[in-house]
Amino acid sequence: MSPKTLYDKIWDAHVVQQDEDGTCLLYIDRHLVHEVTSPQAFEGLRMAGRKVHAPDRTIAVPDHNVPTTAGRENPDQMPEDSRIQVAALDQNARDFGIHYYPVDDIRQGIVHIVGPEQGWTLPGMTVVCGDSHTATHGAFGALAHGIGTSEVEHVLATQTLIQKKSKNMKVEITGKLRPGVTAKDITLSVIGATGTAGGTGYVIEYCGEAIRDLSMEGRMTVCNMAIEGGARAGLIAPDETTFEYVRGRPHAPKGAQWEAALDWWKTLYSDDDAHWDKVVTIKGEDIAPLVTWGTSPEDVLPITGEVPDPASFSGGKVEAARRSLEYMGLTPGQKLSDIEVDTVFIGSCTNGRIEDLRAAAAILKGKKVKDGMRAMVVPGSGLVRAQAEEEGLADIFREAGFEWRMAGCSMCLAMNPDQLSEGERCASTSNRNFEGRQGYKGRTHLVSPAMAAAAAVTGKLTDVREMI
Amino acid sequence: MEKFEKLTGIAAPLPLVNIDTDMIIPKQFLKTIKRSGLGVSLFQEMRYDRQGNENPDFVLNKPQYREAEILVTGDNFGCGSSREHAPWALKDFGIRTVIATSFADIFYNNCFKNGILPIILPQEAVDVLMQDAEKGSNARMIVDLEAQTVTSSDGEVFPFEVDSFKKHCLLNGLDDIGLTLEKASSIDAFETGIAQARPWV
Repeated sequence: MSPKTLYDKIWDAHVVQQDEDGTCLLYIDRHLVHEVTSPQAFEGLRMAGRKVHAPDRTIAVPDHNVPTTAGRENPDQMPEDSRIQVAALDQNARDFGIHYYPVDDIRQGIVHIVGPEQGWTLPGMTVVCGDSHTATHGAFGALAHGIGTSEVEHVLATQTLIQKKSKNMKVEITGKLRPGVTAKDITLSVIGATGTAGGTGYVIEYCGEAIRDLSMEGRMTVCNMAIEGGARAGLIAPDETTFEYVRGRPHAPKGAQWEAALDWWKTLYSDDDAHWDKVVTIKGEDIAPLVTWGTSPEDVLPITGEVPDPASFSGGKVEAARRSLEYMGLTPGQKLSDIEVDTVFIGSCTNGRIEDLRAAAAILKGKKVKDGMRAMVVPGSGLVRAQAEEEGLADIFREAGFEWRMAGCSMCLAMNPDQLSEGERCASTSNRNFEGRQGYKGRTHLVSPAMAAAAAVTGKLTDVREMI
Repeated sequence: MEKFEKLTGIAAPLPLVNIDTDMIIPKQFLKTIKRSGLGVSLFQEMRYDRQGNENPDFVLNKPQYREAEILVTGDNFGCGSSREHAPWALKDFGIRTVIATSFADIFYNNCFKNGILPIILPQEAVDVLMQDAEKGSNARMIVDLEAQTVTSSDGEVFPFEVDSFKKHCLLNGLDDIGLTLEKASSIDAFETGIAQARPWV
């Protein structure tokens, strides 16, 4: 048999039918659904008189619109359009008989945090969701990617997608990470190296010692931002770390099925002589704590760096960088560690898990948020929130001066009331620093949770290594 | 879905790289439960000021481009979020073709589901078409999906590649779901197979 990559193996195990031109019908094991990209898809089903083909493989949770303040179970807390969208998901989940975690369920949270937490996401699966950060689930060695609403409807109706295979890209992070450097810095450094279109047309497999050393949560952070590098999906081969994380979760296999699953999962790795269409190698020890300076995730530099001169780029990037600096209110040559921030946001499907909160709390313990700053923590799920309270992290955040919120997407995309105001500058653990992303004319600097905590204490972008 | 065969229309130049789907349609417009009515909010933050007044410098607000059906733009158009509201907004405004050197994967796929043809051309070709688009409403481009060509107003012809299945669906306005449901027996057989091979799924 010819050698295969991990992607090849998962793909081959899910092809229902292949046409002569290579177009495949791909079977989908898990379909995650949220309130924003699904109403038109369910409406399409109704109009055509169709059912959900596999309701047992379909899991829905409201996350983008939901308020993160106390008392939010009362729908009157939401503006009318948000309330209608969440109510539509409630109704669709009931009408079509799919799994559902409503706002008042402690298991509610960001769809990409809930899926793994509940054991819906397993190695070797195909996982889709009408959300680009579905790439997160690739951390389990699952082929996971975002789809548009038409494809949401297609999966609901048929449990398949019409797809052509992407190319294989290997991203190897060798050696060990230095202190203060995290999974977020790995994933930002890859995007910095390859650009936001560097992965277009590829599925990335992340490998190497620094990736192996990561916990499952760190791996999810890495894969989450594969989309920011343009890749269809990011993957990490499952290993003991993966199996240990999955074992015992509510929807993970049990008993004899667990053993059978494990036997298959252990075959899910790229063969030694598999073919790669593109290879990128980064030394783990070369990665520093990173921050973004512009309005694209590729605009990233070590915290010790300076705001670049647009003239130092080439092609269309010159104008893009000029526009970014104007938007961000920054000048070339300015030290990144001199940039003062107004707000700190810790949360999102990138960095809203318990280890992220622990990393931030470790920096904040016994310290205070700088006077006049706004700082908030939005746990990724109700269960993450409960665990953080049990571990005493919530007290550390509150005592430091952070707002301690309920679970949801929150200020990552600012569809709910958690938004930046015009000109407000934020150190954020989220995934996109696009213009207007966190609020009209809001300014976003992407950082790791520890770096965000450090910025909250000093009031400016700060090298966390000075505080550990 | 609306068919796409051949289009002769005004092309608007938008020479920016990495235009993301937040720029195409900001999140506050994602709260709709419909597909229609988003055209007025297309490129909202570039097109209007905070009070909702038009920014006269933005290309689609200029008189010669208000009827544009083609957009010529920079690398990596449509990056970011998977929101299909982006092609819905383009289509609702009247844009049927976007020409760029590269597109983000999900956006590219979403276009084909909505009767929009995204065309990938080399930088040199995009540069020529960008200049052509700068000429305004007197310069009409021709996009021919059957022939797989874009013709500038000067008659220069640029061939492009497109996936044969996607082309077939767009030319005929075919509904993917209907096509797939014709293969229902294959899907059922596959499900029977995995129930044996991977019963934990």
